[in-house]
Amino acid sequence: MRIKSTLENYLFVLPAVTIFLVFYILPFFSVFQLSLYEWDGVLPNKVFVGLANFKEIISQDPDWWRSMLNASWVTLIALTFQNALAFLLACACDREMRLKNFYRVIFFIPPVLSEVVVGLVWQRILDGNYGLLNAWLMKLGFPQLVHSWLSDPRTALNCVALVHSWKGFGWGFLIFLAGLQTIPRELYEAARVDGASAWNMFRRITIPLMIPVTILVVILTILGTMQSFVLIISLVGGELAGHTSVPVLRILASMRGSSRFGYACAQGISFGLILVVISFIQYRFSKRARQV
Amino acid sequence: MLKSKILILSMVYGLWSMVCLVGCTPRQTNKSQTTITVWHWMTDREPAFLELAKRYEAKTGVKVNFDLYAPSDAYTQKVRAAAQGSNLPDLFGILGEKRDFASFIKAGHIADLTEQMNEGNGRWKNMFFGKALDVNAFAEGNSYGIKPGIYGVPIDIMTIQMVYNQDLFKQLGLNPEQPPQTWEEFLNIGKKIKDAGIHGMVSGWGELWMMDCFANNYAFNIMGKDKVIATIKGKVAYTDPDWIKVLSLFKQMQEAGVLYNGVVIMVNKTAEQLFANEKAVFAFNGSWCVNVYKGMNPDLKYAAMLPPKVSNKYPMVIWGGAGSSFMVNNKSAHKEEVIKFLNWFTEKEQQAYLAEATKNLPANKESLANIPSILAQFADDMEATTHPSTWGVSEFPAVIEAFDKGIQSIIIGEKTPEEVARKVQKIKERELAKKHQ
Repeated sequence: MRIKSTLENYLFVLPAVTIFLVFYILPFFSVFQLSLYEWDGVLPNKVFVGLANFKEIISQDPDWWRSMLNASWVTLIALTFQNALAFLLACACDREMRLKNFYRVIFFIPPVLSEVVVGLVWQRILDGNYGLLNAWLMKLGFPQLVHSWLSDPRTALNCVALVHSWKGFGWGFLIFLAGLQTIPRELYEAARVDGASAWNMFRRITIPLMIPVTILVVILTILGTMQSFVLIISLVGGELAGHTSVPVLRILASMRGSSRFGYACAQGISFGLILVVISFIQYRFSKRARQV
Repeated sequence: MLKSKILILSMVYGLWSMVCLVGCTPRQTNKSQTTITVWHWMTDREPAFLELAKRYEAKTGVKVNFDLYAPSDAYTQKVRAAAQGSNLPDLFGILGEKRDFASFIKAGHIADLTEQMNEGNGRWKNMFFGKALDVNAFAEGNSYGIKPGIYGVPIDIMTIQMVYNQDLFKQLGLNPEQPPQTWEEFLNIGKKIKDAGIHGMVSGWGELWMMDCFANNYAFNIMGKDKVIATIKGKVAYTDPDWIKVLSLFKQMQEAGVLYNGVVIMVNKTAEQLFANEKAVFAFNGSWCVNVYKGMNPDLKYAAMLPPKVSNKYPMVIWGGAGSSFMVNNKSAHKEEVIKFLNWFTEKEQQAYLAEATKNLPANKESLANIPSILAQFADDMEATTHPSTWGVSEFPAVIEAFDKGIQSIIIGEKTPEEVARKVQKIKERELAKKHQ
């Protein structure tokens, strides 16, 4: 009877497991297998090169590591500026204030917009010749600040990071707000009765109880930002002499520009591994933080 | 209880099997009627293709399905994936470089059409512009190891050159019928552009390949074809003074103010919008722009011109000849019907219709009679064209990328032409060493 029941259970999960195997596990192994070959994506014969593609990534591809640095910089800005903004706005909307629901909707509009649309809208704002930002700077009497924001290598990546943060803060806002609403109000009332100041309540109640939520937001921000590339294409047209290159754009360049499918797969595997390591560190960190 | 569980399980598996079966079932077609499937990426030509398909079906009873997959990047991936799965349609186009074309042939996906082209004293072959056919052909001793022959059929052709706004020329006090002929004349216009507060040349240089095309034009003009080919073969270094001269042109253009501020991040669609809206004096664009500008601003007054010469030692050469081509699937069950259709499709009448409907230059040289005058200006320069697909050798993609990004660095004032040349040469040597390993 027990064997029968177990068999039934396995039969029920079989379709899901099959889908997972066919669409996730097999492609992963297939990509790993391809990363060991030099292949142009068309010819039936692939040349086995072992780990040479990985070796090339590590020792002979400065463009790849530059793209990693660029993505890390954008991620750093997203982690700090974007998440700080999301947290502050979530705290503001958690209070009893007028038009609370209106603000919640407004803050959630940027994340639901397509990255292409956001990129094109901000391109119009930041354009060096006809951009709104420069027009406002001129009107406000700051002609010395007028700048080619997107085509200047000193400002292009920061513009990408800021626009990415603008687009992404809504997700953090939503998760932070959900987290804030799970904090029992009684804790604040008890603290208030004990004469705690608003700052002390924030420091002693809000921050400790928000740590698990913050870690979740941090992991999602890192994974989402490191893999971002559509916004970059629509905002600055591509890699701008390497200043706005990110790992996914490099993978695309290997695959489409150079027709090096094996190398692109190796880049994809390396990039995936880096993200897995980051997520693992975050996971360990969050476990420790929860224990504290 | 057991019965209901068995029922649920049966339903789940029944549904699962149905999904699999429906997904794997080929499209239902009328068995008595031959159907040719064509894959393409040309959104702007879709209505004209459909009209021609209708006409062909009425004439022969053979149904032609034109399946559009856009944008071109998505199309490229679809064709590659289909090649890997041996699911290519009867007729398709290949986007990419000559080496990609060669890989498809080596993999046995593309039919050799040389015999059909040469039939009847080369009747079919002689319909086309020679350069349009060259792009689809592999010559004797080509470096790709492909048997010499013709492997594709050109549908339309293009040239990439400069266009200028005649009204803005008047505004600058220039003769709208006399575009600059020399590099100095061109740079001098930069000063006038700056003084008038308008903008210089726009182009899709953020996408890199158009910038590469512009640089190659001048490489041919400054050092001639043989030296360019010798560089690709690794016999001439990119640090050669002639190559530095080519790279320096971009610095000169930037300093003279003939480039649009932000051209390095511009995609061609934006460049087309700016030129069509009379925001830029010059544009570097392909002959397809005629249709685009007409759609954006029918009143735009502009003319085509060859890029101004830097040197008189060698002729000014522009990219052209290559346009859109179709390749016949070597494994197609309807190969003969497909070739018959292509034959009909490239005849004078159909090509004239395509040119009229899509404002693209026809591949059939006898169909030029009714094209608009601006398009005729592009066609006039057909003799001055070349294309990397006809050179017989290809540069390493990593070198092309370093070269193009280097030009971007020069335009944004980050690197000197000499620095870029050294970096490109370093990558060239690395790639050559890898090749010889």
